[in-house]
Amino acid sequence: MNKNAVTAGLASASLIASSILLGSRGLRHFDPALTTYALGSILAAFAVGYRFHLWYQRPPSRTYFVRAFQILVGRLPATYESSDRLTDAQSNQSLKQEVETKSPSRSSGVTGVATLGRAVSSKVVAQGFIRRRSLYRWIMHLCLSGGSTLAFAITFPLVFGWVHFTTSPDDAELYRAHLFGFQVDQFSVHGLKAAIIFNLLNVSAVIVMVGLIMAAFRRATDAGEKAVQTFAEDILPLILILAVTATGLMLTVSYKFLSGHGHGFMAFVHMLSVLALLIYIPFGKLFHMFQRLVALCVSLYQKQGGTGAQARCRCCNRPFASRMHVDDLKTVLEQLGFNYQFRTQKGSVHYQEICPRCRRKMFAVNQGRLLGR
Amino acid sequence: METNYEFFVDQSRCIGCQACVQACGECGTHRGTPMIHLEFVDRSASVQTAPVVCMHCEDPTCAKVCPADAIKQDDNGVVMSAAKPRCVACSNCVMACPFGVPKMKVEFELMMKCDMCYDRTSVGKKPMCATVCPSGALYYGPREYIEKHRTEQPINEFDFGGQKVKTKVNLMTAPEVKSFPFDVADFLPWEAQERDPLSLARAGVPDAADNAIWNEDVIAHPESEGTPV
Repeated sequence: MNKNAVTAGLASASLIASSILLGSRGLRHFDPALTTYALGSILAAFAVGYRFHLWYQRPPSRTYFVRAFQILVGRLPATYESSDRLTDAQSNQSLKQEVETKSPSRSSGVTGVATLGRAVSSKVVAQGFIRRRSLYRWIMHLCLSGGSTLAFAITFPLVFGWVHFTTSPDDAELYRAHLFGFQVDQFSVHGLKAAIIFNLLNVSAVIVMVGLIMAAFRRATDAGEKAVQTFAEDILPLILILAVTATGLMLTVSYKFLSGHGHGFMAFVHMLSVLALLIYIPFGKLFHMFQRLVALCVSLYQKQGGTGAQARCRCCNRPFASRMHVDDLKTVLEQLGFNYQFRTQKGSVHYQEICPRCRRKMFAVNQGRLLGR
Repeated sequence: METNYEFFVDQSRCIGCQACVQACGECGTHRGTPMIHLEFVDRSASVQTAPVVCMHCEDPTCAKVCPADAIKQDDNGVVMSAAKPRCVACSNCVMACPFGVPKMKVEFELMMKCDMCYDRTSVGKKPMCATVCPSGALYYGPREYIEKHRTEQPINEFDFGGQKVKTKVNLMTAPEVKSFPFDVADFLPWEAQERDPLSLARAGVPDAADNAIWNEDVIAHPESEGTPV
């Protein structure tokens, strides 16, 4: 077992446990009926922290997080802060690919934060990249992620004891909402606000259910998806989300329309399904909600790379990637145990210094030469 | 579904007809977007073309350099295209693949690559490109057939400098070659070397194309370089 990952998991679980203790004012506002959910959340926090650290410490992932941090705080090595402004004349004079530092980059900590803000709005909130892939998938994913986020935003504060409700001592029909033990609102249980607050979780469940139906239809009819999908990766998360959503809605059905018939059993099944979902998150497809954090780092990285020094192909002399990307990949490959270094009589070449198109062409010419064609 | 079929690539047989490109776009897993590369090696001076499919490395560099665990390998060694929920469009795989295979669809923020027509090969059918290739540059079938009908030898080991890469897909090469010695030195314009590095591309496609050169000098003296066709 990886000690650092265990430490990360314990830190993550401790953070949640402390936030429960502090947020509920020493458990004064903690609802004992929700203890299992709270323990499940702490366990899931441990698993997420553990899994996140295992993933983060892989060389390619770590590189992006480190570089993004350097860009944000303006500590990127000076080599990558420059612009590739080689003139044609310079290009013709020499085919050397090391690019000299020309001028300071426009990118700084401030623009880094702006880039990060744009990335959050376009990639996390609007999810425009999914819309461009498929409008159907975009609507489906918005329903699933939006509905789930709304549900988590309601349930976690309640489970952790951060939010609780009391009735007014003077009027039993007046509800008071408390955040971290402080009263923040008061409303009539017969009002519109009460209707919205009391049913928001049902609304989120309906939104998620729409997404689930769309996802199930796609998984059942799309030939390409059917070919590559697996039960553990693609079907199981849908079943788990369905179990949580359906049993959650059934609780409402039970107390609204069935006089509470089967409520206890349904509450038990709901609790089990929530725990199963929480434990699945770190180890399955749904972990992408954390892994996509690296997409924000990639946005910063590519923005910086676009304005910084460019690497030129050793074969065709065309710029094909940022110098930072090529250098980082050389390091990452070495850390992963790959050795793409060519040592020839004429000198040493790293394969990363040759653009993908030239690699494909060389592949063909090499093959032809060996066959004498 | 398991078969004893294997993929064999002989780029020297390619006639550049683009049938593979058109067929590739029909594949169910990436419908409408061809994943195969058909490269013109040195278009101004040569008709040589080269189809490049994913070689499906046993230890895929693309998957190892992915920061988001987006590239998976199935039990039969097929390296899948990037998982849609995970791919963060960093292009690490595009840059690191020794064969230059992955394509970055920038508008989708998604890497897509040849997955050996997974919807077809997983149920025992041939990949689209191999189905339509008229010259046998892309062949999918039993190894016995290749060994019986071709003079070239299939290999699946490649030496990229200090890195040995073993693949699921085979490359046809000379019988004496056991591990494909990928050479870069001859193709790089080193200091004081002015020639076009890809001028080593052959001027015409062998056999049919060579015969099509209507140049008496070349026919009389085949060792001299002919007019590009």
